[in-house]
Amino acid sequence: MSSPSRPASGAAETSQRPRGGGALYGSGLRTLSIATVAVMTLGLALVFFYAPLEAEQGFLQKIFYVHVPLAIVALGGFVIGGLLAIQHLRTRDPRWDMRSYVAIHMSLIFGVGALITGSIWAKGSWGHWWVWNEPTLVSFLIVFLLYATYQPLRFAIEDPERQARYASVFAITAGAFVPMNFIAVRLSTAYLHPRVLGGTSSLPGSMALTFMVCLAGIALLFATLCKYELTAKHTRAQVRALRRRLAGESATTQARRPRSAAPTLNPAATMSARAAGRPG
Amino acid sequence: MRRTVAALLRKELLVELRTLESVPGMSLFAVTTFVVFHFALNRSSVEGDLASGILWVTLLFAAILGVNRLFVADADQGGFDGFLLAPVDRSAMLVAKALTLLAYLVVLELVAVPAFALLLLGPPLGGAMPDLVGVLLLGDLGVAAVGTLVAALAVRTRARDLLGPLLALPLLVPIVIGGARATSPLFALAHPAGPAARWLLTLGLYDLVFGLIAYAVFDFLLED
Amino acid sequence: MSVPALEVEGLARHYGEREALSDVSLTLGAGQTLVVFGPNGAGKTTLLRVLASLLRPHAGEVRVLGSRLPDEAWAVRGRVGLLGHEPLLYRELTARENLRYHARLHGVGEERVTELLEAVAMTGRCNEPLRTLSRGMVQRVAVARAVLHDPLLLLLDEPTSNLDPAAVELVAPLIGRGSPRTRVICSHDPGGGLAQADLVLGLRAGRPALLRSAAQVTPSDIAELYR
Repeated sequence: MSSPSRPASGAAETSQRPRGGGALYGSGLRTLSIATVAVMTLGLALVFFYAPLEAEQGFLQKIFYVHVPLAIVALGGFVIGGLLAIQHLRTRDPRWDMRSYVAIHMSLIFGVGALITGSIWAKGSWGHWWVWNEPTLVSFLIVFLLYATYQPLRFAIEDPERQARYASVFAITAGAFVPMNFIAVRLSTAYLHPRVLGGTSSLPGSMALTFMVCLAGIALLFATLCKYELTAKHTRAQVRALRRRLAGESATTQARRPRSAAPTLNPAATMSARAAGRPG
Repeated sequence: MRRTVAALLRKELLVELRTLESVPGMSLFAVTTFVVFHFALNRSSVEGDLASGILWVTLLFAAILGVNRLFVADADQGGFDGFLLAPVDRSAMLVAKALTLLAYLVVLELVAVPAFALLLLGPPLGGAMPDLVGVLLLGDLGVAAVGTLVAALAVRTRARDLLGPLLALPLLVPIVIGGARATSPLFALAHPAGPAARWLLTLGLYDLVFGLIAYAVFDFLLED
Repeated sequence: MSVPALEVEGLARHYGEREALSDVSLTLGAGQTLVVFGPNGAGKTTLLRVLASLLRPHAGEVRVLGSRLPDEAWAVRGRVGLLGHEPLLYRELTARENLRYHARLHGVGEERVTELLEAVAMTGRCNEPLRTLSRGMVQRVAVARAVLHDPLLLLLDEPTSNLDPAAVELVAPLIGRGSPRTRVICSHDPGGGLAQADLVLGLRAGRPALLRSAAQVTPSDIAELYR
């Protein structure tokens, strides 16, 4: 996912003509990356040079422009992971499971970021590294603890098809849990967290604009990183398939791959899925 | 469907009566936990929020014990295949298992609540009983639905005893929130009151949402 | 019956990136017996489970008793009987209780349970928990379970491995040569297996290495598979 990304995406584009379902094949990756960098730079500039200093909290308040978008995008990613999992169970196409896995996996990483920045903000604003009486952070912690079991769950199932299916069931249940949990926690805690989601209209124009741009930047970053991961996984799977074909008859004696929590794409299987006319 | 659920229930209860694996363990665990709480908190009686919290946490952990055992006999003795080969609606297994877990929880509470009143609870229960029963029942429905789903998820994995609780505890947090908040006015020393409507609604909403979700996804867990 | 019991065309099933079954095709007429040979891990059990509708085919066409899998799997259940490595019985329940449970699932009456307990000579010990019985007795009860609902197709995975010769004789009318049902048997015994077969399938690493009518197969052909 670091430096040799441009050549890799180019190679993926030319060697595999996408037949629809382009998210796996690296097409558009370059555009997306450029867009992400552009919007994030703009967002940073706005945060430091345009948005006004907030009266009570001072400079530390600027972390809000990172913390809240991270949290929103992470939660959105979890819910999207659930929706993608529904598609997987409906069509049985393993590519949906791959997308669901990447979305959840990426949301978990963004979630760590949200928790850390939230903790820093809490320390700066209220003097404690953790506060219980602001519902967004608390319900986020619970959701995070739940999704932290996603990879151990996958890792504990060896049969790849069953692993994907069980993971999808989990993703759907957990996706429905996100809003439910939010409601329950919100009801139960005294309202302390500065109202952000419902109240962007109450933010002064300059702050609202900065916030929106940062949100867009982080959302684009999420999408780009997901696409990178999907492309990388697919490319690796294709390389493995080619190697197997080269090895020929000795394919049965190849070293068994170690158990993994990540879904593996079987290009032969996905192509036969397409040939059988299944949607995807 | 009803016939299948009945057949499954009969089998469940027969196995449980023969092995006594779940219910006695859950009940004993709850009573022991109350004793542990007495020593850990160094209190002879609790009331209000604290009482409510102790009761719900204990019930939750005891429920997890039951959840862990729920599908073990089927997974280990090939019961899934036997069921999957029959020309029946597969959701019957979810209904039967959830009803079984619900039954276990009710028996658990029949033991744990009097034990709690005896050992730890300060204020007398008397008039609060009907309200308490209502809240417990609402909570039990949610635990039964989610517990069955998590049990089926965890049973055919490698670390089944670990994954069950790890999955179940976060998922059941809204029940703890709703249940504990609802019962804390019942246990108040001064001015005991009824449960607030919003918590009952929270519990009810949770039961509905997760009941539907469990019904929708459960079949996918049964396949090989 | 003009509809063949089994029509399999290009069946494939993978386990991650490994092919558990690939390119398996065969047709089996009603009332005939297919015997499947092959070393461990060759895919025999996988094939049986696909035919039982317990596993979905990943590619190819499979028709069991005229119904297509996996779309019409619901039509196949209840007409197929599986006897695998696991007896699919609860150890804490008695033979009678186990059979009664399966009978209720399949909508079969109590008389059939009694009838089968007699057929496998388990009436005497039918009220003791299965965990107190020997492996051979449990296997006999498992045989009873497999044919309880009078299936048209029997899928047997080394069915006589736990039975002594007397017991094998006992269950022959139910699952052996004397049975009128269509059968698919996985076997490691070339002599005995060939004797029962109408059609022979040899699997190696998931691929069909041998598919011929039994008359054209010799024990040495089967020994080749295991090399």
